Amino acid sequence: MNAETPISLEQRKDKLQGLGCSRKRVEDARFTQGKGNYVDDIKLPGMLFGDFVRSPIGHGRIKSINKEAALAVPGVKAVLTADDLRPLGLHWMPTLAGDVQAVLADEKVLFQNQEVAFVVAEDRYAAADGVELVEVEYEDLPPLVDPFKAMEEGAPTLREDIADKTEGAHGPRRHPNHIFTWEAGDQAATEQALAGAEVVAEEMVSYQRVHPCPLETCGCVASMDKINGKLTIWGTFQAPHAVRTVASLITKIPEHNIRIISPDIGGGFGNKVGVYPGYICSAVASIVLGVPVKWIEDRMENLSTTAFARDYHMTGRIAATRDGRITGLWCHVLADHGAFDACADPTKFPAGFFNICTGSYDIPTAYVAVDGVYTNKAPGGVAYRCSFRVTEASYFIERMVDVLARKLDMDPAEIRLKNFIRKEQFPYTSALGWEYDSGDYETAMDKALKTVDYQGLRAEQKAAREAFQRGETRKLMGVGVAFFTEIVGAGPVKNCDILGLGMFDSCEIRIHPTGSAIARLGTISQGQGHATTFAQILASEIGIPAEDITLEEGDTDTAPYGLGTYGSRSTPVAGAATAMAGRKIRAKAQMIAAYLLEVHDGDLEWEVDRFQVKGNPERHKTMKEIAFAAYNQAIPGLEPGLEAVSYYDPPNMTYPFGAYVCVVDIDVDTGVTEIRRFYALDDCGTRINPMIIEGQVHGGLTEALAIAMGQEITYDEDGNVHGGSLMDFFLPTAVETPTWETDWTETPSPHHPIGAKGVGESPNVGGVSAFSNAVNDAFAHLGLTHTQMPHDHWRVWQTAQRLGLTGQPAAAE
Amino acid sequence: MSKMHVKMTVNGSQVEGLAEPRTLLIHFLREQLGLTGPHIGCDTSHCGACTVDLDGKSVKSCTLFVAQANGAEVTTIEGLAAADGSLHPLQEAFREHHGLQCGFCTPGMITRAYRLLQENPTPSDEEIRFGMSGNLCRCTGYQNIVKAIRAAAAEMAAGKEAAE
Amino acid sequence: MIPGAFDYHRPRTLDEAISLLASLGEESRVVAGGHSLIPMMKLRMAVPEHLIDLREVAELRGIAVEGGQITIGAMTTQQEVIGSEELASACPILREAALQIADPQIRSLGTLGGNVANGDPGNDMPAVMQALDAAFVLRGPEGEREVVARAFYEGPFTTALGEGEVLAAIRIAAPAAGHGWAYEKQKRKIGDYATAAAAVLLELEGGTCRKASVALTNVGDTPLHAADAEAALVGSSLDAAAVEAAAAAARAIAEPAEDGRGPRAFRVHLTGVMVARAIEAAKRRAG
Repeated sequence: MNAETPISLEQRKDKLQGLGCSRKRVEDARFTQGKGNYVDDIKLPGMLFGDFVRSPIGHGRIKSINKEAALAVPGVKAVLTADDLRPLGLHWMPTLAGDVQAVLADEKVLFQNQEVAFVVAEDRYAAADGVELVEVEYEDLPPLVDPFKAMEEGAPTLREDIADKTEGAHGPRRHPNHIFTWEAGDQAATEQALAGAEVVAEEMVSYQRVHPCPLETCGCVASMDKINGKLTIWGTFQAPHAVRTVASLITKIPEHNIRIISPDIGGGFGNKVGVYPGYICSAVASIVLGVPVKWIEDRMENLSTTAFARDYHMTGRIAATRDGRITGLWCHVLADHGAFDACADPTKFPAGFFNICTGSYDIPTAYVAVDGVYTNKAPGGVAYRCSFRVTEASYFIERMVDVLARKLDMDPAEIRLKNFIRKEQFPYTSALGWEYDSGDYETAMDKALKTVDYQGLRAEQKAAREAFQRGETRKLMGVGVAFFTEIVGAGPVKNCDILGLGMFDSCEIRIHPTGSAIARLGTISQGQGHATTFAQILASEIGIPAEDITLEEGDTDTAPYGLGTYGSRSTPVAGAATAMAGRKIRAKAQMIAAYLLEVHDGDLEWEVDRFQVKGNPERHKTMKEIAFAAYNQAIPGLEPGLEAVSYYDPPNMTYPFGAYVCVVDIDVDTGVTEIRRFYALDDCGTRINPMIIEGQVHGGLTEALAIAMGQEITYDEDGNVHGGSLMDFFLPTAVETPTWETDWTETPSPHHPIGAKGVGESPNVGGVSAFSNAVNDAFAHLGLTHTQMPHDHWRVWQTAQRLGLTGQPAAAE
Repeated sequence: MSKMHVKMTVNGSQVEGLAEPRTLLIHFLREQLGLTGPHIGCDTSHCGACTVDLDGKSVKSCTLFVAQANGAEVTTIEGLAAADGSLHPLQEAFREHHGLQCGFCTPGMITRAYRLLQENPTPSDEEIRFGMSGNLCRCTGYQNIVKAIRAAAAEMAAGKEAAE
Repeated sequence: MIPGAFDYHRPRTLDEAISLLASLGEESRVVAGGHSLIPMMKLRMAVPEHLIDLREVAELRGIAVEGGQITIGAMTTQQEVIGSEELASACPILREAALQIADPQIRSLGTLGGNVANGDPGNDMPAVMQALDAAFVLRGPEGEREVVARAFYEGPFTTALGEGEVLAAIRIAAPAAGHGWAYEKQKRKIGDYATAAAAVLLELEGGTCRKASVALTNVGDTPLHAADAEAALVGSSLDAAAVEAAAAAARAIAEPAEDGRGPRAFRVHLTGVMVARAIEAAKRRAG
């Protein structure tokens, strides 16, 4: 039986391509040859194309809609308005945050580019021609774009549909434009700590409205098969199962008659978590017309309607002793949610996990309150490459700690080291209620500071400032230090659900008779390389080479139920489910091996790819042999076959962390900030595939660069959206992007089956603070404590000007 | 406005079809010819996901009417592999050096890099970054793309040397 | 973003193009590289009924440098401008500026003629042409005429180009041997229009500036020829005071819009910085 060529243990391990190796990606063959299958690549017989008529104004009443001219365009098949959806009860839809959103504007428009009518035509050209000819008459209403004015007396009431509701999904509302107030921590104790503190630093830290802007926009193809009553929707869905359940609840189509398929997804970053009017309209159009209907948004529609992120205005007070020990943290957030509360957060967390805002520090008492308000802006509030509101929280605390350091005249690294949660304090319960699983912050920080020669950088900065003083240079050097703790892997069903669906995840494995396998998960990759990495987890668990394991996601008819991919939850939750399902396979395999080897189960031990008799490794059965036996032997007491499924409800979140250092040189005459160096140390627990981890860090840092240095979606006082195309919305090219230095420590999660924590979002969370801290640091010696992002040329120049640095002669040195 | 008869050479084959003159080249390639490798990312000629090679130049096919491309020679990502199916060194290098994640920018990225290496077979990293600056990627941070192009350039130079 | 429908024409000669323009009337537009027009059409801010594509009009192509006179066909692409060694040696500011326009793909189709004739204040070449005191050869039903770049631009997207006229070529008197040049452009990122930019050409004689040209991009409704800035330089040793005087003169005429590139005050300030830096760079290069 054991006739294979003897190979060494190491060779057998290598063959598996399991945990810890930089396995090349299996996805790449199709992508590098242009054979990916994204939603806009789908072409079905008879397929029509839908396109939206959108509101040109930010706030108004619809007086009339005339479809006639549009319907006369050759190729136009239908024009849907709210009045057409009303009989079906689909003119409004529930949002993930417990609010409702107009699918097509119902009497009122509440933000510029809001969906008003849906034109369905033979192709996208005819649809666009039809859109041009739908005549809509509006009555202008005063737009409300400043969240700080939303709850003023006399502010225009935006949401007339709920104007008199005093109770919202998250408690009482005290103004027609108020959505919720959410609190965490001990207000009285925190205010007491502030009152009695030796030092209190205050700052208003705004995190501007941005957008995840994946390179592929959102879209879908809906196809109603009238004969068997089944609705299939291919679309850009980060959570296909949740979409199926929601679709069933709102359309009343039984859930088994809905099939949601996420094909290849061209990046998500949170943009593709939500349910958008385009999906509903396409489905309705397909049901009504009996043919498939495709809807693909263009980039301007994407940036101005489907999802936004941040728009958090955070007022903080941080208390400390004179020698820099933090004693309390107080925070109030004004959250601009736009026209509908469509934030993608677990139900019980209307401000996401913002209460992770005590960060990496042992802060004895803290309090946070968040007020959500409506404005005439696009809805959204998604987690743009971060767990729910964690980037906002991390940015807030990392800025506040720097502000405090300035006030105390302490070094930013020193104050962090002084306040870190110590290694021996884990598991650590924060003042705002989270239980951090594991960490070793000092080691990470020390490694970072040493690697970049932090002392040397500070000495260089001192010399550069002196040279600037002497007029020898017009550049200022800044060093940004940031340390972050993420909270990812949502999450335990006891407190995490979306619309009542517990946030577990799943994996189902079938081992084939010849020893290869297929695994299906409830998540969906959008570039993270799940087909590569989850096969690695399994390879290590079940001893089948990764290359012999097919991984499938995204088809609700075949994949087990899961809550999808966002908030860095795939590895912490579905990755755990994968390991656990693998262990179930192994448990059965052990019984089969025992039968084959005629020993007791307990006499066997697992080694890489086989069970062997303890003390007699010559007597063994490989997984391949066991797989075959599972299908051809009648084993007493055992069912044939070798399959397992695991639904994993994580006992806790995971808490990845990292230390980032950014060095910038700022030209005070032009406001141009050059990123001289960026060092990122990440600790994401057990490392599954270092190559992929490094790639994730590069990408996340580049998104952080974009946010910190330029991204912004603004509205003028007339309610017009700005920053809605890639001319204005900053996506850095290879020229603006620096070369990244990456590093790591490895502190496994104690509660995750393989100790992994997740990494995709960490660099965005930590990166934004590091860039911003560096820019602020460049001016710190002149008394600057904080400037708002984005740190684009003109804002940086204004800072320099405010500090008196921009006397005229401005030639380059 | 009537449709026009369009003829061009795409990936070495003669193709023809009827199309409205306003049809964007990207739509003609994707929808009429079924070449769905090049993608639409921005609609405003900023992202480069729609990059194809047209008469020996890199162009953005979302900002070009099919009428303008009538009679042209077009190469898309689907035409880069050799006739025997072996991949172009750039396709190999992008995989080897993890130069892609979601894959959406990749066809445009590789097609642009293909032309860049024709224009400059031995680019420095800075020249690669400048030469690729018409292509946006949201996933990789470009570092591994630069690495992949550098590696492919070396591979192609070695191949050329071996052939000589 | 789908353009409206149009009929397409591809003339083989300039005369044919001009007679098409005349016969098809005001709803017709010529298209060169298309990188200004097509985005406008996709936004339906331009909806021509007829598009006259100049791509096969051979007489609109080509670069000639003869006896100190440079002639560049309007259909010459930015990539061809960059690639021309002849131009790089006779008039290096053209390559320097072209490399700062958009990105490689756009430069491979975008033409010099389109860039200067379209009247977009964000385009880079108009200011360069003003600094070079170039002349535009315009051909229309009435024949050919020349308009100098400094008199060509009337307002945003409004130029001296008459109805039915086509820009045929650009004529530039080659700057003197040993001149200094620079095009300094600040932008938010590759592919963006200038926040502010300045084109400068200098001739020095024994350390004294004998001739200076200064023009500005995207800080007004049109490119701006900064005559006062030139006056501040001529006769000086290009010392700090002269440079600052030129920068101040440039700031004085800058009237930039306030947009995502920054408020007006910043862009006015930056105009001065770009001018000063362009002068410094040109001075270093002047032989």
